[in-house]
Amino acid sequence: MKIIGTAEGKKLYVHLIGELDHHSAKKTRDDIDRLLMNSYITELTIDMKDVSFMDSSGLGVILGRYKILAERKGSVRICGANRSVDKILRMSGIYSLVERS
Amino acid sequence: MFDNEIHLSFMSKSQNEGFARMVASSFVSQLDPTIEELSDIRTAVSEAVTNAVIHGYDNKNGTIYMDCYCEGKTVTITIRDDGNGIDDVELAMQPFYTSKPNLDRSGMGFSVMEAFMDKISVESEPNVGTTVTMVKTIDSSGAYVKEKQDE
Repeated sequence: MKIIGTAEGKKLYVHLIGELDHHSAKKTRDDIDRLLMNSYITELTIDMKDVSFMDSSGLGVILGRYKILAERKGSVRICGANRSVDKILRMSGIYSLVERS
Repeated sequence: MFDNEIHLSFMSKSQNEGFARMVASSFVSQLDPTIEELSDIRTAVSEAVTNAVIHGYDNKNGTIYMDCYCEGKTVTITIRDDGNGIDDVELAMQPFYTSKPNLDRSGMGFSVMEAFMDKISVESEPNVGTTVTMVKTIDSSGAYVKEKQDE
């Protein structure tokens, strides 16, 4: 998993490239959390257009980041999910917590 | 007697999660699945193998066994570990339940397997291990498109 983060003011944009499973979840989580250490970041966008595979470990990563942002009264947005990634996001009900675009 | 079957054993390392789902998806390819069916199977296998790595063996070394069978258009996949076992299978299968809440786990593993496969069953005995059996029948529409192209 390759993670490219771009921060601009209170916004953090994270581009994930690769497969998001249990194996890559720890690195993904740690990398995003390092970027989130700046406590003024309140808007996280996760771009998933280059995520070729995701299972429930990925849901755990997103939910964990949602909790961090919710504590800051911020928000999480997911964009670019392909059909199979979108299917698991939909079935989990995560779209009631994070925005989809 | 099955039309075809494979048997695989591998170490309970997280690197092998990707390997296991790739093998399962290659095996199922012979049934001409749609891209969506293939992706469903890949995801369900990933969930079962991940459970074996994290919960079965607590991220320690052990052996995971994967057996894939096909008969007609139906594929059966079993994932087995000789690990910790599950005390309460019914509880473990509840959506959002996780025995390791500190690990950022979604608790959706079994729910995903149930949603993406036609049938799943879980047999487990504490300190003996867990076997997850998943069944999915491949819709023949994928094969139909291929036959049409061959004409």
